[in-house]
Amino acid sequence: MNHAYIAGVFEHPLRLAPHASVAQLHAEVAKGALADAGLSLGDVDGYFCAGDAPGLGPLSIADYIGIRPTHVDTTETGGSSYLVHVAHAAQAIAAGKCTVALVTMAGKPRSEKSNASTPRAWNAGAPDAPFELTYGTNSANLYAMCAARHMHEFGTTSEQLAWIKVAASEHAQHNPNAMLRQPVTVSDVLASPMVADPLHRLDCCVVSDGGGALVVTTRAVASALRRPLIRVIGTGEAISGQNGGHIDLTRTAAAISGPRAFQEAGVKPRDIKYASIYDSFTITVLLQLEDLGFCAKGEGGAFVADGKLISGVGSLAVNTDGGGLCNNHPANRGGITKAIEAVRQLRGEAHPRVQVPGCDLALAQGTGGYLGTRHGSATVIFERES
Amino acid sequence: MTPPDAQMTVGPIAEETAQFWATCGNGQLTLRWCTACDRPHHYPRTLCPFCLGETEWRNASGYGEIYAFSIQRRVPEEFAVGYVKLDEGVMMLTRLVGAPFDEMRIGQRVQVLFVPSTDGLRVPVFQPA
Repeated sequence: MNHAYIAGVFEHPLRLAPHASVAQLHAEVAKGALADAGLSLGDVDGYFCAGDAPGLGPLSIADYIGIRPTHVDTTETGGSSYLVHVAHAAQAIAAGKCTVALVTMAGKPRSEKSNASTPRAWNAGAPDAPFELTYGTNSANLYAMCAARHMHEFGTTSEQLAWIKVAASEHAQHNPNAMLRQPVTVSDVLASPMVADPLHRLDCCVVSDGGGALVVTTRAVASALRRPLIRVIGTGEAISGQNGGHIDLTRTAAAISGPRAFQEAGVKPRDIKYASIYDSFTITVLLQLEDLGFCAKGEGGAFVADGKLISGVGSLAVNTDGGGLCNNHPANRGGITKAIEAVRQLRGEAHPRVQVPGCDLALAQGTGGYLGTRHGSATVIFERES
Repeated sequence: MTPPDAQMTVGPIAEETAQFWATCGNGQLTLRWCTACDRPHHYPRTLCPFCLGETEWRNASGYGEIYAFSIQRRVPEEFAVGYVKLDEGVMMLTRLVGAPFDEMRIGQRVQVLFVPSTDGLRVPVFQPA
């Protein structure tokens, strides 16, 4: 198979953008990622966007940005969409359908005062809505139920979950663009107000405006760009739901997408030098680490505790940009920032205080939707070509 | 003390599930069962999500146990949202009522009751059995 390469990445520096339109943010991140790659608008022949793109998705935003793609993909799996887009872009490139694929995402929920405990929007066509929204489900209490069940089955504690936030905050202090740069302690997390038991306020990610973009391309194009060659070596995707009334709140679709990505890449979890793990909530990280095989099911609490996710301190550096918990969660969708920080690490462009030495193999894991009802999972493994 | 029940709104319902809400109005919880593979599922569908067989309404016992729950804080009226595993073997998203939040436990036996919604329906929720 012809491998695909990440030639350009860009994370919008703003976390509050009340005066920018969402379309404008899409264009700004597109410009940033193309500049990072050393490519121009006319080079783009593939375009990928998801539900955050206003209007008629790619029709509106490609037109706004000024691209004329011959291949488009609008796979919508919530926050995991953009990692699915990397996978689909790699497939399209391998099939010869495009050579320079642009992925953009943007939104401004912070300006629009939308957060995790805001009731989910009505969608009259969703078959599940009357059986779920009626009861007041929202992001926070749906993920909280996953945490409650994991605690019940495996004895996981709020202190262990808090360590995930502590690690994110230790990293975020070095990120000048991070929304929350103050390091916090386990006690701080436990002392923060309860949002939905057992999740505290500091177990929840930030709500931020902004966005990000990626440029995925062929080896031939990437080789001409004088940037480190970051190759996509394995991808996996899966979705999971209530399964007709048989939901398992302790197991995510990462248990399916992860092994598929590892198999394609020909590597094991223990080979990974850096991991971006979607962190809408602390529990999201713990569940995915288990399901990806970094530790056994039920052992996530011990795996994340005592600073084990802190770069240079623990056994696995996770979310060295500060993640969604401290840095950025644009449009309430964190998938693209997961790919961006993985590429920074592989290029050696992460902040020196969090850079993993000799980082040549990284993983980006995304979750979208709601682990408490139905969700998408995408796993991408990247390698720096020497 | 037992907290008041935060109000619920069902919103638009599809014709294929109208019977569910009608029987709730009469104090009876129902499940959709497959006439081909003989398995129940929830939320209700016209075609079985396990085999795409035809389905029919059957009365449910109305008993089950709490699988997971969370208390929603930072809202004017706190409430408990949860999954109940019904005795028929399927999981149902619902609300837990009728007990102080700190007395609710995963694994606890519960039974259905029906409370009025703001839009004129009766909604199945669960209280300690």
